[in-house]
Order: sequence, then C-alpha cells, then structure tokens
Amino acid sequence: MVTTDIRTNTETVLTVEDLRTYFTTRWGTVKAVDGISFDLRRGETLGIVGESGCGKSVTMLSLMRLIPIPPGRIVTGSIVLDGEDIIPISEQEMAQIRGSKIALIIQDPMTSLNPVFSIGNQVEEAITLHQDIPKRTVMERALDVLRKVNIPAAETRAKDYPHQMSGGMRQRVVGAMGISCQPQVLIADEPTTSLDVTIQAQYLKLLKDIQKESDLSIIFITHDFGIVAKMCDRVAVMYAGRIVEHGSVRDIFNNPSHPYTEALLASVPKMDRDVDRLFSIDGQPPPLHDLPVGCSFADRCPVVMDKCREQYPDSRQVSDGHVASCWRVE
Amino acid sequence: MQKYLVRRFLLAFVTLLSVSLIIFIMSRVSGDPRHIYLDDYSTQEDWDRMGVVLGLDKPYYQQYGIFLKGALRGDFGESVREGRPVTAVVIERAPATLLLGAVAFSISLMVGVPLGILSAVKRGTMMDTFGKVVALIGQSAPPFWLGIMLMFFFAVKLGMVPPYGKQDWNSIILPAVTLGWYYAAANLRLVRSAMLDVLDSEYIKLARAKGVNSRNIILRHAFRNALIPPLTFAGVTMGALVTGSLVVETVFAWPGLGRLAIEALFAFDYPLLQGVVITFTLIYVTAAFIVDVLYAYVDPRIRYA
Repeated sequence: MVTTDIRTNTETVLTVEDLRTYFTTRWGTVKAVDGISFDLRRGETLGIVGESGCGKSVTMLSLMRLIPIPPGRIVTGSIVLDGEDIIPISEQEMAQIRGSKIALIIQDPMTSLNPVFSIGNQVEEAITLHQDIPKRTVMERALDVLRKVNIPAAETRAKDYPHQMSGGMRQRVVGAMGISCQPQVLIADEPTTSLDVTIQAQYLKLLKDIQKESDLSIIFITHDFGIVAKMCDRVAVMYAGRIVEHGSVRDIFNNPSHPYTEALLASVPKMDRDVDRLFSIDGQPPPLHDLPVGCSFADRCPVVMDKCREQYPDSRQVSDGHVASCWRVE
Repeated sequence: MQKYLVRRFLLAFVTLLSVSLIIFIMSRVSGDPRHIYLDDYSTQEDWDRMGVVLGLDKPYYQQYGIFLKGALRGDFGESVREGRPVTAVVIERAPATLLLGAVAFSISLMVGVPLGILSAVKRGTMMDTFGKVVALIGQSAPPFWLGIMLMFFFAVKLGMVPPYGKQDWNSIILPAVTLGWYYAAANLRLVRSAMLDVLDSEYIKLARAKGVNSRNIILRHAFRNALIPPLTFAGVTMGALVTGSLVVETVFAWPGLGRLAIEALFAFDYPLLQGVVITFTLIYVTAAFIVDVLYAYVDPRIRYA
C-alpha cells in the first residue's frame, strides 16, 4: 500500500514523547495518561478522540502544564514545543509560554470567562501578558482579534460583560483570547460541545479560516467523529490513557485497525440506515488505577485472544503513517 | 445601576418604617408606661392626667403618628432614668460603640480575609490547619467566655492591657478582639470556601492558560470573585457588630450603646431602650445599604441587572 504524506516536509512544532501523567489518589496511582507519543506539524490539525475518562483532557492539561500538583504529576516524557522541552522549565517560564506559543480553548463558554471583567479587558490581558506594547495598541489589537472572530460591533461589545453575551458569542471571545498572541499550537478541548449545531458549524469554519490564515497547528480534542472528519488531518484514538490507533483521517475512517476504533465508528449514528437500536460498546473502560496486565480493551473486545490478556501490544504499523496497538495487526 | 440603588434605598426606608411600627407595637403590648412613672400613692386623677401628658388617651394610630413624627425629627422622648432627651443620651454613647465596632470590623477583615485566602491556596497544609483552629475558636467560643479568658490572660496575668473600661488607647484591644474574632472566623471560612470554588472554575483554568502568573491569578482573577459571598456577609457583620456589643460592652464595662441598652432594660427605661433599638436598626440598615452599593461595584452582573 502506498500512502504519501505530503506534510512530511513541513516543520514539526510539537513533539510529545512517552508522556505519562499520574494522579495519586486514595485508591492508588491513577495512570490518566500512560505513555503517549505524537507529533504535530505546522498548519496541521490533529484530532484526539476517545470516550470520557480516556485521558484526552489530562493530555491537554499536561501539554499546557496545568495539571494540579498534587495530586497529579508528569512522571516521565518530554514535550518539545518549538525546539524546547517544556517539562523541566520553571513555572514562571511556563507562564510566559502559555498563551503565546501554546493556547487553549476550553469546553464551556458559559463558565470560561471571568464574570467580573469586561470581555475587552480579558482579551487585552491576554495580549499585555506577552507583548510589551503601548496600551492604545493593545486596545486596537484586542478589537482586531474580536473582529477576526466575527464579533459584531466589536468596539461596543468589548465593554460588555460575559453575562451579557450568548454562548456562541462567548465561545468566540474565548477563541479570540486563544489566537490573540498568534500561538503556534492551539488546543481546542471540545470547543463546540455546548453550542447549537448551526453555531457549531460557524465556529468550526471560523477556526479553519484562522488556521489557514496564520498557519496554526491545532489539536482538536473531541468525541465527535463528524467534527473529526470535517476538521482534522490526522487522528489519534485514545483508550485508557494510551493512544491505541493513530493515522490520517482517511486511514482511520476507511481502515480502522483497532477493535476499539471500529467500535467507536460503529457507534456513530448513520442517517442512511434505519436501525432499532444504536450500537454501543459493551462494558466499561477499566479503572485507571487498576489497569489489566495486557490490553486495556481486552474485556470489551469482540475479537479478544489469549495473548491480549498477557501482554500489552506494542505499536504496530498498518501502513505508512498509520499505527495501531493490537496483536491482530500483522 | 441607578434603578438598583433607588430600589435598595426604598427598601432600606421600608425596613426602618417597619421596625418603627414593631417597636411601637411592642412597647404598647408590654404594658402601660404609667406603671413606671407613677408610684403607689398616685390617684386615678394622676393616672388620667399622665395619660393626657403622654398622649395615651388618643387612639393607637394617632399615637403611632405622633411617635413617627417625633422620630423623624430625632425626638424619642425623655429618658425616665436620666431625665434628659433620649437622643442626647444616645449621641453621647454612640461614638464608643461605633469605634469598637469599627475596630472589630477591621480585625474581622484583616484577619479573616488573608487567612481565608491562604487557607484556600495552601489547602491541606499547616497554614490551612492553623486557619481551621482560628475559625473553630472564633465560632464556637461564646463571646462572654472568650472575653473573660482574654481578660484573665492578657490583663490580669500578663498585665499587657487594661482589663476593662475605656481609659487608655489600648483599652479597646481586648473588647475589639473578643467582638471581632467571631466575624473573623466567619469571614475566614467564607473566603476560604469561595476561593476554593473560584480557583476550581473554568475561567481560572483559562486565565492560567493565557499565561497569567499564580500571583495575579489569586489577587486579580480569583479574589474579586471570591469577595462576593463575604461581602454579602459584611452587611450582616457591620450591623451585628453593633448589636453584638451588648455582651462585649457589658463584659468589658465599655461605655457604649450596648451597655446603655442593658442599663435601660434593667431600669425599665422604655423611651431610652426604644431609642437605642431604633439607633441599632439605623446602623444596620445603613450598613446593609453600603454593602449593596459595594456589591454592585464588585459584581457587574448586579450592576447591569
């Protein structure tokens, strides 16, 4: 099989190597992220998919170094952003990187803006933190970004407080803060989950436009395969703290090679097929403080083998740029 | 904003009016004041004449009208015990109580708020435990006991401050600490839990993701939000510090309104007691109004409601 990756020539902005983030709880060590590796190239969108509790959000928080310590800690691994490993650097240095090189858009637009500051104020803050420019310029720059995310009448809206805006509008403001300092990497943690479908489509288009314009790399965390198909170039499927399959969107959709990916795709409701019951994956993900020795998916896997319960499968190549951690991949 | 303030102001006015009515009714229900003014040798004639002098021969609604008219002009009648206008006696005693209340209020804020923030930020550490102990003592020790204990150690054993009265500048320390501790404890717990809630919120996460450093996260982003619950409580505190002075002023022989109220009570000095209660209400309502204004200043959701 021949797949040529046209992006192999472009520069890598983020490389994550064997990242492990554990939490110490009274039940034991929760291995929320357990050895994940991926890289992200300039201008590319990587989707991270998986069900709740699979470690998507902890991955995102680890990349921002926003894991609450204690109980959490990054045990091993490296996160090389723009040529620099951000795990060993100090909290002050990290604060400088957050927002300027790597930015975040979070899920809930209703609670992600500070209720006591005007939105103009909050966007301006994001700019002032990383750029040493006069106050006038900051204000103009803030209005520019607000216009860029299609806030109508930005001058007057900038004086508004979050409670005076709709959910979609607030989420665009959050987006504006994210891109205000022209970061290289934007992490979008389910940014459209709580928006109406039409607003959702608008927002996704906006993100795409901004990405094209500024060659931004985006990590898109979601559980919605529709969004993955629309937004992403590559996909990493996470299960119980690990990436179980990783490949281009085309590979994942056309040739899912991990039973979990297959099951996830099968659970997506289809418009053209009439079914009585929607497909669902039996069972529960294993508790992250008590992972089985072998494959974490073994108990729910329809094609499980004896070997699966004995040893965790290493990452196996399905085709060029497409890997899956499953013993059945030869 | 203006509408909000006007509404608050009207509400304060209505509160005062209702309290005046309650006080009026209670003073009528609790007995005829002529029993205090007249002795056993008075005749029925004396009784009736006194009624005319005091206006007791008129129907109740007229009596209330007269009472209200006087009250609006600051006239609450004469103190039975002192034979002087109630207003004069109250004005004479008020500064001591206001001073004590102000110092106790400052203590409750200056101890409670920073300790609350520290307890939340350093949750689960020695600092948090220390905060818990301070809060526990403040909220569970009754002021009269706390006052006596403080008096025993710091005045009697160590001789650092005068045990009672209001002579030197340092006489105020013990009563103010006794009075302020409870509210310091309450503020501490309110600020701590509000701060924990806020620090856990999405907007703090996003602010950190923007690159705001830890210091500004706490002081700029979290504190103003965490201020809202304690501020609500501050209205109650300011008023309660004045009324709470009843016990503390008695324990420390502090010549203020609280002690005046107790004195008036034991002397059956109705007009004086009425005057003190009205004054307490006035202070309470004013404090609540100030807090409402501050509230709108801190929280834009109220300002633009």
